[in-house]
Amino acid sequence: MRARYRFLSPLVTLGLLLAACTAASPSPGGGGSQAPGASQGEEDLNGAEVTVIGTWTDAEQDAFLAMVAPWEEQTGATVKYQGTRAINDILAAGIPTGVLPDLAGLPGPGQMAEYADAGALKPLDDVLDVATYVEETSPGLVALGQIEGTTYGVFIKAAVKGLIWFNPALHDYTDSPPATWDDLLSEGAANQGNAEALWCLGIESGDASGWPATDWIEEILLHQAGPDVYNQWWAGEIPWTDPAIQTAFETYANDVVDQSYGGGTNAVATKFDLAGDPLFADPPGCEFFHQASFITGLGAFKDKEAGTDYNAFPFPAINDEFAAAVEGAGDLFGMFHDTPAAKSLMRYLVTAEAQDIWVAAGGALSANKNATSYPDDISALMGGMVTGAEQFVFDASDQMPTAMNAAFWQHMVSLTAGQETVEEALAALQTVAEDAYSE
Amino acid sequence: MEERIITAIIAVIGVPAVLVAYIWGTEQVLRIFPEGLKPRLRPWLWMAPALGLLGLFLVYPMVGTIIASLQNTTGTEWVGLENFGWFFGSNDALSALKNNVLWLIFLTLFTVGFGLIVAVLVDRVRYETAAKSVIFLPLAISMVAAGVIWLYMYQYKPPGAVQTGTLNAAVGALGAGPIPWLQVQDFSVNTFMLIIVMTWMWTGFGMVIISAALKGINPELLEAGRVDGANEWQVFRGIIFPLLVPTLVVVGTTMIITALKAFDIVYTMTGGNLETDVIANLMYKQMFRVGEFGRASAVAVVLLLAIVPIMFFNIGRFRAQEAVR
Amino acid sequence: MTAAATPIAEARPRVRRFGRLRSGGIGLHTVVIVLMVIWAVPTVGLLINSVRPGQEAASSGWWTAIFPPYQFTFENYAHVLEQSNIGTNFLNSLIISIPATVIPIFVAAFAAYAFSWMEFPGRNVLFVVVVGLLVVPLQATLIPILKLFAGWGIAGTFLAVWLAHTGYGLPFAIYLLRNFMGSLPREVFESAAIDGASPVTAFFRLAIPMSVPALAALAIFQFLFVWNDLLVALIYIGAVRPDNLPLTVSIAGLVTSIGGGTEFLGAAAFLSMLLPLIVFFALQRYFVRGIVGGSVKG
Repeated sequence: MRARYRFLSPLVTLGLLLAACTAASPSPGGGGSQAPGASQGEEDLNGAEVTVIGTWTDAEQDAFLAMVAPWEEQTGATVKYQGTRAINDILAAGIPTGVLPDLAGLPGPGQMAEYADAGALKPLDDVLDVATYVEETSPGLVALGQIEGTTYGVFIKAAVKGLIWFNPALHDYTDSPPATWDDLLSEGAANQGNAEALWCLGIESGDASGWPATDWIEEILLHQAGPDVYNQWWAGEIPWTDPAIQTAFETYANDVVDQSYGGGTNAVATKFDLAGDPLFADPPGCEFFHQASFITGLGAFKDKEAGTDYNAFPFPAINDEFAAAVEGAGDLFGMFHDTPAAKSLMRYLVTAEAQDIWVAAGGALSANKNATSYPDDISALMGGMVTGAEQFVFDASDQMPTAMNAAFWQHMVSLTAGQETVEEALAALQTVAEDAYSE
Repeated sequence: MEERIITAIIAVIGVPAVLVAYIWGTEQVLRIFPEGLKPRLRPWLWMAPALGLLGLFLVYPMVGTIIASLQNTTGTEWVGLENFGWFFGSNDALSALKNNVLWLIFLTLFTVGFGLIVAVLVDRVRYETAAKSVIFLPLAISMVAAGVIWLYMYQYKPPGAVQTGTLNAAVGALGAGPIPWLQVQDFSVNTFMLIIVMTWMWTGFGMVIISAALKGINPELLEAGRVDGANEWQVFRGIIFPLLVPTLVVVGTTMIITALKAFDIVYTMTGGNLETDVIANLMYKQMFRVGEFGRASAVAVVLLLAIVPIMFFNIGRFRAQEAVR
Repeated sequence: MTAAATPIAEARPRVRRFGRLRSGGIGLHTVVIVLMVIWAVPTVGLLINSVRPGQEAASSGWWTAIFPPYQFTFENYAHVLEQSNIGTNFLNSLIISIPATVIPIFVAAFAAYAFSWMEFPGRNVLFVVVVGLLVVPLQATLIPILKLFAGWGIAGTFLAVWLAHTGYGLPFAIYLLRNFMGSLPREVFESAAIDGASPVTAFFRLAIPMSVPALAALAIFQFLFVWNDLLVALIYIGAVRPDNLPLTVSIAGLVTSIGGGTEFLGAAAFLSMLLPLIVFFALQRYFVRGIVGGSVKG
């Protein structure tokens, strides 16, 4: 018995030693190691690493990696990127513990402000050539990345919301889109042909279900009441029960849900990326589909040709004063560790050359005015909307406090499903607002 | 790459080797002590690695959570039971709690029940391994994939359109209209649909464990019963079932706790919308979305309190078990 | 009591447990087959959809694909395998899962044995507390533990997840093993003690061999849970060492940031479940042998 165990002991000691050695070897924390002699500029970052987290995966990830490839070649550094949709969780755990990547895609301007408040985000004023950045970027987007004049976040990619998609085979609106909302409703009814309903609508999206409906409300409100009311609304300065908000909700319920393919029941059961597919069915399920610019890479749109099989026009005016208002969204980037390599990468990402790479690949709009390699006319049109808009606002729900945002999604689902009336939903949302905005 | 593999090999071989050496080492150490003291010290030495890890990874955060539940969001001041007041006053939270009761009852009933039935029945057929694999397979699928599978199963298209969901196609073949399974709140149908998904996954769990216990029953006992003239059902009821009860308690307790912690299915398939929410999802939202640590912690504490009755039951069982042994 | 302690060394032949009833009646077979079919239908549906083009899968039910025209394709599988880093992530999954399965089994076995066969005050209460820890929600532990890991400098390493998975897996492991070990025949241990065997010997030469079915079951489950885990790896490794992330992250990444790409999840699920199934099959033989000579006592 004892002889057996004696045989084991040298093995065990060895195992212990080896285990101790490897366990003790330090893992690189956040920033990459610095190559000796890398004192000036980005040219000499050989061997350095930058850890980046973003929400982009799959094809988008490939596009991002293609975007940073020239930088890697030029500087000799490497980008260690991981895409995950659970980025909120990683950052939420990372902020209190300090376990953070060098650069990260930030969920939105609201979160950017929280992280900056916590002292985790580094200001970018010394990193970028701010003057050039401001000149090259759409002013709306610049302002969103700033807190009291200091830049904390920059937009790598943008999107435009509130586009109305249609199938030219049913009726071609390319040359003469409806100018106003009422025009849209009447022309739409006149040209409906054998389409079953006016709108395609689908708001299911797992735990984020309801967000396409919030986009609807935002667009309607923006065009009915204007950017000022819009901005006051998401900032919590006017109550949800305000008549302007109520009108927007009622327009949605009456003009959209009631006239949608399959009604509210279908809308809450249909996933948003497939919701536009009935546009291409025979007979078509609907005439119009309201979605953001990124729908071109999803569902039935993916295999169809822009311009021939589908096209889009901007959201029509409801109130002429606000006809030119545009709602956009984008991917905001921030820096948590100001290593030389990280700074260099940040500088590179805001340039037109970098953003052009992604833009040319399709499915993305640039935040930089000079990045214009759009693969088709529709993308160019949408890109122009982002950079040239006079009245530009950012997605409202993305800027609300998280609790408010979540409640907004949730109640849009209940409302669309017919489980709540407009009054009930607004009252419930106001109750949440009183709590959410009080901190 | 190589460094990684080496580290892993060391971990797989080295750590168990270290543990074995540790246990052997404890015997040597115990020799120092007088004979009477050894049996009193020994259990603690054997349990030390486990207790240490448990203390670190589960007890320490839980204590922190309990403390946080009595504080405000930023942990700067004590607010007593205010967070619990929020919980019991919130309609959403109470609805989630009600759903958890449904989960608790039905998930446990179904998985233990089906697990038992399957384990006992397939024991008697030649294609036992094939049958067990089919029932076990869903557990091997990640939650995300399970969510996708069942979203296909439950898919809904408006009446008149071609149904792509298996269930609605079957319902359609019988002449009834399509039903938006995950959206029907009445009678908690959508919650039941989610419970079905989890039952489909976890029955294999119960089956594997019960089957292992079943194999451990001495066949001579069963033969003795049959020789005495008992039929199969009597053998089951009189000999097999009583011997399986402790295992059923283990599976049942585990499933009850799993039901209380149910999260992934709800999160992936409905996000808790339309009255399908559960406590774990609520806690996740409070902690990671809203950042309300105090409230999230209160939810966790409610979970902890919910299992206290089950734990008392288990203690009772162990005492009874030991009396017989 | 006919429960004679069968010497462990004697390998039992594959005993047809129910003797002449092995063939079973038609009723038995019907019930079993019906259950199998019900359980298999969702999986079969996913399997068929995974070999259809995404657009087809979205517009018609999977059963329609069994009839011509046949439009099968492996493009979904190809797409999954083309994911950048999938090879590395697969290897990482192995590196994470194997130690995270082996280590808890050992640690739990020692503790379970102590709970089963050693007397000490407060044994039952302590055990129940250990089992009660099953309820601690994972999410509640992430931030405090991450803080600890960061302080020790191991955030991002494999060691971090090995330790974490061990800790998380222990309550169930101890619960299961104790139940099994505790039901082993007392006589076996008593006679071993009379023969002068130390507890260590009794453990390695009696308790462990007799607990093989439970150990096998535990290995299957622990491997499975760790293999399919996403959140633990993401939080403890994700921010600082993205190249250490496991396969589950690659699979989750098939769904893009806006939510498209769900058609690939089916193919990914089947690729990912291959390994756990292999583990399941490999360990099946431990469920057949009649290891325990004695009865499983209540």
